[in-house]
Amino acid sequence: MSTSTAAGAMPAKTYVSIGQIKPLGAKLDEIPDAGGGCSSHGGEGKASCGSSGGPDDMPSEIWDKVKNHPCYSEEAHHHYARMHVAVAPACNIQCNYCNRKYDCSNESRPGVVSQKLTPEQAVKKVVAVASEIPQMTVLGVAGPGDSLANPKKTFDTFRMLQEQAPDIKLCISTNGLALPDHVDEICKYNVDHVTITINMVDPAVGEKIYPWIFWDHKRVTGYEAAKILHERQMLGLEMLTARGVLTKINSVLIPGINDEHLIEVNREVKKRGAFLHNIMPLISEAEHGTVFGLTGQRGPTAQELKAVQDACMGGANLMRHCRQCRADAVGLLGEDRSEEFTLDKIEQMEVVYDLDRRRAYQDRVETERQAQHEAKQEALAAAGAIEVADDLKVLVAVATKGGGRVNEHFGHVTEFQIFEVSAREALFVGHRRVDLYCQGGFGDDEQLPSVVKAINDCHAVLVAKIGGCPRDELLQAGIEPVDQYVNEFIEKAALDWFNDYRGRIASGAVVHQDRGDAQIRQGAFTGAAQAA
Amino acid sequence: MALKIIASTCTGCSACEPECPNVAIREKGGVFIIDPAKCTECEGHYDDPQCVAVCPVDGCIVKV
Repeated sequence: MSTSTAAGAMPAKTYVSIGQIKPLGAKLDEIPDAGGGCSSHGGEGKASCGSSGGPDDMPSEIWDKVKNHPCYSEEAHHHYARMHVAVAPACNIQCNYCNRKYDCSNESRPGVVSQKLTPEQAVKKVVAVASEIPQMTVLGVAGPGDSLANPKKTFDTFRMLQEQAPDIKLCISTNGLALPDHVDEICKYNVDHVTITINMVDPAVGEKIYPWIFWDHKRVTGYEAAKILHERQMLGLEMLTARGVLTKINSVLIPGINDEHLIEVNREVKKRGAFLHNIMPLISEAEHGTVFGLTGQRGPTAQELKAVQDACMGGANLMRHCRQCRADAVGLLGEDRSEEFTLDKIEQMEVVYDLDRRRAYQDRVETERQAQHEAKQEALAAAGAIEVADDLKVLVAVATKGGGRVNEHFGHVTEFQIFEVSAREALFVGHRRVDLYCQGGFGDDEQLPSVVKAINDCHAVLVAKIGGCPRDELLQAGIEPVDQYVNEFIEKAALDWFNDYRGRIASGAVVHQDRGDAQIRQGAFTGAAQAA
Repeated sequence: MALKIIASTCTGCSACEPECPNVAIREKGGVFIIDPAKCTECEGHYDDPQCVAVCPVDGCIVKV
């Protein structure tokens, strides 16, 4: 929630409830020339430890399970990498947001792969990647179909891999239809992370998302299909919770279909012991050929997504750092190195699986991470968190290349981190992908409007450096470029900037205005974009 | 009586292969094919041909 401060402020207090979400989409057209003041700011939020929690926030046995799993720990994802192997192409249901035929090397989203693998090839690939990238700690089977609609391929992969690389964590992603039948096997292979995609807990909502399921040797459609799927998902989740398997629930936010409903989904999955809830925006470009893409069903705006996520805080912990990666992604979240590990390239690699070397490397990562964590705590303790009566909150975009610091040039950013700042804290709330502004040393003025669109709901952008042109244009769009916190920890920089901002409001130097909405960039985070 | 898979629309996802009660389906060149000599259109086994019911591409599997 956002309120104006006392002196000289606009009296615009606007709270966007979930029910008001839909009309917001229309405002996006106005964004390029928006000078601020168009009023929306998503939902109320209590502080949440969530996936961004550290060792201080959860029992040690849980921390041990998540500390080096990039998807389950926000902090870990800066240090540890994961990979998916595409051994499970078959699926037992059809979703309106999925089209498994489509593949394109420039495309990056769930369900998409370039190369299907047999379990033998997959194991070879995992061992090759693990030797090359010692911080790769997690192997997932995430499709491109459903891991449990291909149980033999999935579990053969796990069995063979455990013999060769026992230190790698295993996880699967499933729609849940076949889940209850495989819980024993999941436990047998020590799979201790399972992601279930749950988009509804009401079949009347579900039948708009799932045209059919294949169940008991029949194609079942409509309400009945969604009802069976829902019951199997809940049963599977309960069974995993009873066995102590950590679960993450993925939900695709589909405006007009399940936006408000996801709050109920969050409540139901939390009740059944889900560890983490990841609410992701629908990706529905027409050229993907999905039903939603073809019918023109749009994805949510940044504020619509945030409003639903905020409304779910206090329920199951929220994952905010998901990058919706490919079913064959390799590397840190937000990077994709799958091109380096195609089958023919693996054939030519000399692979030595050196467990000791991997452990030594990961110990170093852990030491570095601990040092970073402590330095950050120290910096934060010194930061000017102040007690104030109002609850003014704003979003800031941060240009960082890692280490939790403000250390990236504006023109080199392909992904901003978004923090929600109040007088008391700076809370990580998500990422925004953007097209690279700076191409080969020259700013590309045509890219700037798209960058502005992506962070249009932010009051400031914290950068290490920024050129004169983009600086002026950002200012014109009402976003303050800030470059005086170079190399500082993000949270500290954000709090310091915020206190300075409050000071300027109080002195009348600036007038606080609420910001507009922002656009979620659809599609690819490609290796090419990153290398540039 | 038999079914065939139209190769140009087959995604090679393999969903049909394990469902066939006659073990009539196998992979060939990245897509799947049905052996017409073995295919019974699932008569005597199930109400509907299993490969058609599970295939994600409408119209990919048709009568010969």
